[in-house]
Amino acid sequence: MNANVPEIRISQAQLQPEAGPPDGQRPVEAVQVSPIRAFLLSRGNSAIADRGFHWLMVLCALSIFGIVVLIAIELVLRSKLAWSQFGFDFFIKAYVDPYTKLPMYWDPVNGHFSALPFVYGTLVSSFLALLLAVPLAIGVAVFLTEMCPQALRGPLAFMTELLAAIPSVIYGLWAVFVLVPLLREHVNPLLIRLLGWTGLFNDDNPTGLGFLSAGVILAIMILPIISSLTREVMTAVPHSQREAVLALGATRWEMIRMGVLRNARIGIVGAIMLGLGRALGETMAVTMVIGNNPQIVRSLLANGSSMAAVIANEFAEASGDLHLSALMEIGLALFVVTIIVNALARVLVWAVTRGAPAQVH
Amino acid sequence: MPTEHKLRARIRTGIDGAATGLAVLSTLLVVAPLVAIFAYLLYKGASSLSWAFFTDIPKPVGEAGGGMANAIAGSGILLAIGSLIGVPVGIGGGIFLAEYGRGTKLANAVRFTADVLNGVPSIVMGIAVYSLIVVPQRHFSAFSGGVALGIMMIPTVCRTTEEMLLMVPHAVREAALALGVPNWRSVLAITVKTASPGIITGCMLAFARVAGETAPLIFTAFGNMGWSSNLNEPIAALPLQIYVYAISPYDEWHRLAWAGALVLIVLIVAAVSLVRYVTSRGVLKGAS
Amino acid sequence: MGVGIEVINLNAWYGTNHTLQDINLNIPANHATALIGPSGCGKSTFVRCLNRMHETNPIARVTGTVRFGDLDIYEDAKPVEIRRRVGMVFQRPNPFPTMSIYDNVAAGLKLNGYSNRRALDEIVEKSLRNSALWDEVKDDLKKKSGASLSGGQQQRLCIARALAVDPEALLMDEPASALDPVSTSKIEDLIFQLKSQYTIVIVTHNMQQAARVAEKTGFFLNGRMVEFDSTHKIFTNPSDKRTEDYITGRFG
Repeated sequence: MNANVPEIRISQAQLQPEAGPPDGQRPVEAVQVSPIRAFLLSRGNSAIADRGFHWLMVLCALSIFGIVVLIAIELVLRSKLAWSQFGFDFFIKAYVDPYTKLPMYWDPVNGHFSALPFVYGTLVSSFLALLLAVPLAIGVAVFLTEMCPQALRGPLAFMTELLAAIPSVIYGLWAVFVLVPLLREHVNPLLIRLLGWTGLFNDDNPTGLGFLSAGVILAIMILPIISSLTREVMTAVPHSQREAVLALGATRWEMIRMGVLRNARIGIVGAIMLGLGRALGETMAVTMVIGNNPQIVRSLLANGSSMAAVIANEFAEASGDLHLSALMEIGLALFVVTIIVNALARVLVWAVTRGAPAQVH
Repeated sequence: MPTEHKLRARIRTGIDGAATGLAVLSTLLVVAPLVAIFAYLLYKGASSLSWAFFTDIPKPVGEAGGGMANAIAGSGILLAIGSLIGVPVGIGGGIFLAEYGRGTKLANAVRFTADVLNGVPSIVMGIAVYSLIVVPQRHFSAFSGGVALGIMMIPTVCRTTEEMLLMVPHAVREAALALGVPNWRSVLAITVKTASPGIITGCMLAFARVAGETAPLIFTAFGNMGWSSNLNEPIAALPLQIYVYAISPYDEWHRLAWAGALVLIVLIVAAVSLVRYVTSRGVLKGAS
Repeated sequence: MGVGIEVINLNAWYGTNHTLQDINLNIPANHATALIGPSGCGKSTFVRCLNRMHETNPIARVTGTVRFGDLDIYEDAKPVEIRRRVGMVFQRPNPFPTMSIYDNVAAGLKLNGYSNRRALDEIVEKSLRNSALWDEVKDDLKKKSGASLSGGQQQRLCIARALAVDPEALLMDEPASALDPVSTSKIEDLIFQLKSQYTIVIVTHNMQQAARVAEKTGFFLNGRMVEFDSTHKIFTNPSDKRTEDYITGRFG
């Protein structure tokens, strides 16, 4: 044994003889307690500090509720004016322009406010975005989870992550100077020629802005979130499911379809809903390409507006309390809708991944 | 019989191939805009970048040159204020979720609400803070902009902190408790410290996300064509300036918008890459 | 100087699971006491009741009395105070991963507010010597992290950490079970050395280990303490048939 034990013991207890200590022996109290022991004995039990710290942490956590409540209160208070003025009609009424006899919705000058065109624009651009993004997102997710060679998986996943990190304003910038001209020059004429008979594509608007452009840029923006969440729910499907289907002699696609997608179905719906939630509230890129004209028309190539876009455009220079209150009410509607959509989406995703999702999106 | 089988097998193989093809196509279609955006940003932005960009403030319309120095500085200030609010409160929330409330109904409710809050449009945050701060104060300010950004950071920081703390092995906590270290000290000096690389990267993630936000700043920080001297004044911010320039009719300002966009995207990509490096390489010291 | 531990009618639960039933025994001061028994018999739970670590689990419950000398540790003191007087070494070495060797040993003191640098240096050296680790790490005290040592060294580091706070008793929950034979024998030597200064309670699966280091041994079975006597007697002439069956390997 090479343990070197220089001891600085202050006192020794009396030891019993080697025959074994009798039971119930209590040691003779030390004459002096070591300074360390004295120090530690003098430390309190810090019950106050513990409790204080505990409550501080609870407070921080409760702040999350506080934020939601605060937003709700502020929005409700400020929309009171518009609500008392228009009631529920705010979302469905159509006025008539006295000069052109055409429907008119948003007239700050005369105090006529209807949110209908913005609701319409938000829904159209969002669903268009979903239409374009969902197949692609699921395709990417399937490729990355089931088909991709291991070496490519990291870089490709990283690239989808990068897509999610690009700020909205940069998407808007690129959309205005690259996407819109592209659509205007090459895609829209094609759509007008081939699908003009549907009434969805007419050539009244030569700018290239409008619902379609907004839908396309939104699709690019919501793609990463749908894709990465779909990947997550697909990975959560246990391998035994895949193996069971393969053992029946299925091709790879059949295995994916029946063994993975079918099981992850609920989570994928949740992922899509999260993408929808994101699309509903997207502001900057949409404002820059949707044309900002509060109208309701069937043509996807026409200018329009969305709930988030009108707020971004008009809020800073709102003319009068009613105008501001109307915008606030649109904001409140946006708040409520996105909360509902997101809450539903989270519940669906949770149902498949069983617990807090692994990543924050 | 055999020919039927063969035909069916052929069809199934065909479908399998088609599915694979579609999946590959989707991936290409997704990667393409990414590459396009970055390439274009690089091309347009690099040609407009100059030293003046980082040192000058915007010049009046019509004059060539000018820069976004004030916007970059402004963003820095706004992010600093935001972090001061968002980071401590977020980490505190995360500590609660992982150390004090684990498994409780309250913690589940907090976690769920944080996730839902992350999905609220940033413009809604902006008008709420406008109503809360700008209206009573009767002016736009850097302070209100910082608060808006800070509130947006809280849910993200909270969740990532919780995740990182949950990864600290229980044995480490037990060792501290068995030494008679008070609980609060153990949480801070041992558990949080062990998870700190991960917590820091979580903060960076929130930081990067909030750095590019424009909507909440439009009616709080409002923007400023020059330097601002105190927190109660409107202040410029990089994404806000990009937006203003992009929708303007002036070519010169468009060029500056591209330059600004390039600077912004480089900073964000750097942050995201760093986060990925730290988390994927397992540089999370000891938390294993 | 160690303290004698007196246990009276100790009962412990994990939720509805009655893990310990009516335990009564007296652990003598300045001796090593071994606790043996098959897996799941409650020995670890028992030891964790002695420094009130059992109650860190939210569904845990304890009734009965445990005394350190004159002090009733459940009625007359708070958990934090008790844990400062009793050190614990766990089955798997758990040094603090972000701290250097020095900081690991000093952790019990520094985290309780002790800041005297010179005294800390002395205490760290003394503790590392007492745990037979000093010679191996004395050059890298502040440079190497606690987690960079080998398994056996880490466990000795944990022992040093527990010793640095000058405890009155040392609780060891199967301290060598995760280690190789060489480290195990080093740790056993250590216990042999330390028991004259501290009251040591060691939980072990290894009967030979109990026989080597402890003066008294308690045999636990299904949450009850079947027999508690001098090690010599337990292993050569046990009073209870169940003890004899366990010793001779008929079960466990």
